[in-house]
Amino acid sequence: MAFNGHQRDDDIIDEDETPTKQPRSSKEMPGLCRNEPNNEAAAPAGRATTDRRTSNSTARHRKDSLKKSRPPFPWFGMDIGGTLVKLVYFEPKDITAEEEQEEVENLKSIRRYLTSNTAYGKTGIRDVHLELQDLTLCGRTGNLHFIRFPTHDLPAFLQMGRNKHFSSLHTTLCATGGGAYKFESDFRTMADLELHKLDELDCLIRGVLYIDSVVSSGPSECYYFENPTDPDRCVQRPYTLENPYPLLLVNIGSGVSILAVYSENNYKRVTGTSLGGGTFLGLCCLLTGCSTFEEALEMASQGESTRVDKLVRDIYGGDYESFGNMMSKEKRESVSKEDLARATLVTITNNIGSITRMCALNENIERVVFVGNFLRVNTLSMKLLAYAMDYWSKGQLKALFLQHEGYFGAVGALLELLHPS
Amino acid sequence: MDKSITLPPDEIFRNLENAKRFAIDIGGSLTKLAYYSTVQHKVAKVRSFDHTAKEAASDKLYEISVQEEVTARLHFIKFENAYIETCLDFIKDHLVNTETKVIKATGGGAHKFKELIEKKLGLKVDKEDEMTCLIKGCNFVLRNIPHEAFVYAKHADSEFRFQTTHPDIFPYLLVNIGSGVSIVKVESEDKFERIGGSSIGGGTFWGLGALLTKTKRFDELLQLASKGQHTSVDMLVKDIYGGSYGSLGLTGDLIASSFGKSATAEKEFSKEDMAKSLLHMISNDIGQLACLYAKLHNLSRVYFGGFFIRGHPVTMHTITYSINFFTKGEVQALFLRHEGYLGAIGAFLKGAEEDNPNQYSWGENYAGSSGLMSVSPDMNPMQRARSGTFDMLEMDRLERQLVNLPLLQDPSSYIPDTVDLTEDALAREYWLYCFEEALDGVVKRAVASQPDMPEAAERAEKFRQKYRHKLQTLRHQPFAYGSLTVRSLLDTREHCLNEFNFPDPYSKIKQRENDVALRYYQKAVKSLEKLSWEERQFALVRGVLAVELKHFYLVSIHNCLFCLFFPSERPWLVDCYDQWFERIKGPPHKCALFFVDNSGVDIILGVMPFVRELLSRGTEVVLASNSGPALNDVTNGELQILTEKIAAMDSVIQAGLKEDRLTLVQSGSSSPCLDLSRLDKVLATVVRERKTDLVIIEGMGRAIHTNYYAMLSCESLKMAVIKNSWLADRLGGKLFSVVFKYEVPAGRPSLDSTALTPS
Repeated sequence: MAFNGHQRDDDIIDEDETPTKQPRSSKEMPGLCRNEPNNEAAAPAGRATTDRRTSNSTARHRKDSLKKSRPPFPWFGMDIGGTLVKLVYFEPKDITAEEEQEEVENLKSIRRYLTSNTAYGKTGIRDVHLELQDLTLCGRTGNLHFIRFPTHDLPAFLQMGRNKHFSSLHTTLCATGGGAYKFESDFRTMADLELHKLDELDCLIRGVLYIDSVVSSGPSECYYFENPTDPDRCVQRPYTLENPYPLLLVNIGSGVSILAVYSENNYKRVTGTSLGGGTFLGLCCLLTGCSTFEEALEMASQGESTRVDKLVRDIYGGDYESFGNMMSKEKRESVSKEDLARATLVTITNNIGSITRMCALNENIERVVFVGNFLRVNTLSMKLLAYAMDYWSKGQLKALFLQHEGYFGAVGALLELLHPS
Repeated sequence: MDKSITLPPDEIFRNLENAKRFAIDIGGSLTKLAYYSTVQHKVAKVRSFDHTAKEAASDKLYEISVQEEVTARLHFIKFENAYIETCLDFIKDHLVNTETKVIKATGGGAHKFKELIEKKLGLKVDKEDEMTCLIKGCNFVLRNIPHEAFVYAKHADSEFRFQTTHPDIFPYLLVNIGSGVSIVKVESEDKFERIGGSSIGGGTFWGLGALLTKTKRFDELLQLASKGQHTSVDMLVKDIYGGSYGSLGLTGDLIASSFGKSATAEKEFSKEDMAKSLLHMISNDIGQLACLYAKLHNLSRVYFGGFFIRGHPVTMHTITYSINFFTKGEVQALFLRHEGYLGAIGAFLKGAEEDNPNQYSWGENYAGSSGLMSVSPDMNPMQRARSGTFDMLEMDRLERQLVNLPLLQDPSSYIPDTVDLTEDALAREYWLYCFEEALDGVVKRAVASQPDMPEAAERAEKFRQKYRHKLQTLRHQPFAYGSLTVRSLLDTREHCLNEFNFPDPYSKIKQRENDVALRYYQKAVKSLEKLSWEERQFALVRGVLAVELKHFYLVSIHNCLFCLFFPSERPWLVDCYDQWFERIKGPPHKCALFFVDNSGVDIILGVMPFVRELLSRGTEVVLASNSGPALNDVTNGELQILTEKIAAMDSVIQAGLKEDRLTLVQSGSSSPCLDLSRLDKVLATVVRERKTDLVIIEGMGRAIHTNYYAMLSCESLKMAVIKNSWLADRLGGKLFSVVFKYEVPAGRPSLDSTALTPS
């Protein structure tokens, strides 16, 4: 199913070495890699290491059988949302000289292009700080890169794919998010690519669980805010997401989805709201004339929502009325763009907090993980959410956050490529 | 503030001379003033002549006197804040008899106008908690106004579907959408809790809407919204997916991200589209929160109020849509007809606690209340312009406390009226026409009833104008006073007649007819006595039915032949006589409750012989008649006298009265129809104590226009002749078709027909 009927041409696309007829290891990690009978005969043995610390000689046996079921490079996972396209790319770092030699030029060029730049075109950005190094995936070691660009620039991306003859690599492009459906035919016609479409919630949960399990060095993937109700003492602390179930997963992208997750495969979408990141940005653009999320956030950080919101006793959700002061003409005229951006941010965030809290109560869940790109570089919203969860539940609810905020869907899509569920 | 505004004050601040106890609720744009006043109006009283002194002087049966009676009334007036000063001046000038020292105040604007009120009226402003007032007001209207709550359905024949108020109004959720949103769980009269809220409410719509569209007025913003297309601003599921998100069952038209498409500096968006998107965003959000709270607290009744809702069809529609979406129809969004008055009513009740207003029942006075305004913006945009409009609500304190008939099978689903004219356009047309046509006759009769009063003609003319205006209003806004029914049309007419001091236009006619009928009582009883038991049973039923056709019967009565003129041969349109006949062969009923109808031959020659037979069988009888006059219906006062007179001629009736096996009670109603959910508490007690097992309802108003489908928990008999060809046609019969409906509640087998036949 994963290959969409494409005939693989391993001579061209597999950057592994020339086939060797070594015996396969019986210590193969089952279930980690795709095991597709169709591929078995054609798949040549490779030299990938499953574990960086394993010596070459012992690893040799394993990687052979891994190799046969391993999809060819390049490994991508894609999540095409309403606002942003999220792309994860696995860059193998264990390429041998022979591999290097045999690597087709297209592949090499894609790898170099992605890894040597941190920005692509006008709008593509690689989140370098999120990069996961020395990661072992399917017997190969390398770095996982996290790239995003606006969904409206997807045509340019497809054009690039066409220019770089991406389709000649005959790779499977696993994609999730609504855009996987919406742009499927564009991928086919513009770039000659077949998408393998995946459910976004499946991918999201898979991605969250995976990333949380593999990140061991550097800043903890999962974190929370200590003393969220006391601005002076509020600090970010690592959190170990062991035995995470049940958890409420709140994905704040353009809109918001709230999932109750009981295990990797057992979850339900509790509800959602259309007041999400897209609303924040959309309203900010209309109210302030800004055009990017970063601009909007920057303004929000300088603003003061109390000039916009009415009767503010406590901006964290006491009795106040969002934009209530704007009913008055004088106050409308005296308000700054920054204040408006701030008020918009606070309104949207508190509303998400409020709905989330009610869902947690209705579902009887005490842990809430907030993800999605709305939270990117948005400490203000995270602290507001942390505050709201803690304050209104009298400390019962814990708001958790993840470093890779918006990329879990794309990671889930990549995992589907490597180990189909 | 514009002091030059002239008010039509007589029509607005009525009965101000006797006003005491004021309350005021000042919102962001509207002020609601409440006061309690006493109304002096004329009532017709009947009194037996003092036999020793006057008998010779009069050949009349009893004396009718028109007396002044003082009743209590609550007045509520809603007007724009701009009129406050003018209104206060007016009140001050007209306030004469009050001993009031304080005025209860609530609402966000109360403090702003505190000084002005204290200065103008010389009353101390006593601030009451807004939420407490709101809940008190809400409980009050739910308890006292039968068709208070409604479901809004934009595309239905009738936009408003009025709900039968559950006898137990608690618990419920009140979602008040003012500037912000408050979600309150109400568990009893005194127990309520604000369980949640949101900052995204009417203020967000107004404030953000003003910023986005440069439109300042709330109503204009709503107008803009009603014309816009939100799809150009909102990111829909199909904008992300290209279609629907099938695996989650999310359709393509669903909003995925509000304002998601406006995240660009390059495009311009129309005011209308932005306003629409904003409206959807806020309504959906509030609806979602309300559903989450309803679910968490396991509540299914959710009422919405606040200025965001206040009769605006656009917001009622979007909120309804949202609730339906999020609960999949499990919870209905309910709205209130007098939502705007809740705070004022509550504030008033707080101040009137020493009068125990909750001990009484109150009734909406249709003559003095504006009713729900037309809300369709497409239909009549001018009407929505608030400027200069005064809205009024008047509630009469009823002298009796009203409760459900304990014998209703399911009080929560009981609907008195047979045809809902709000939903049935054809029926509505017909009946409005009928009432309009009959107006001349009513006016004439009203004038004729007061021959000694020269200004009666003038008053009658005012009555005509008022009632005609009501009919016109109802033609355009059939929902103005809840579901429009024949009953409400009749009641409105009675209210209007009372308003112009025509308390009982039929009193003299009734007197005359009672007099005539009484003379034939003994003869009628005698002729019935001659019949065999079987024949008599049928004759009694025919008697009740025949006298229904008074006009025909009066001709025959002079021939002294009972039941000579009976137009309809069996089988009747609804004919359960055989079942009834079989039943009465069995053991007697313990106690029968008989709702009587007309004066004259009906009560005297139709009902009384029937009652006599029941008493003879050993069945106790409770005769329920109207508390106040309506058409030619016999009132409790009249019936007392008539029964005494009959008792003097008839030992069976006399014994019945003496042994307390025949009891006269008042129904609590002054309507030609019958609402079994609003009956005198004493009646309910008697019915319960006597273990009533048979209910008899006679006459078209009580058994056809209302209660035709009423399900009772005991045996019931509904008897009427359909004296209206249109209605007969509707029910599948001809003019003068007979309805004789004998019903035994399901699960209760009718008694063995082979039981002993009394000799």
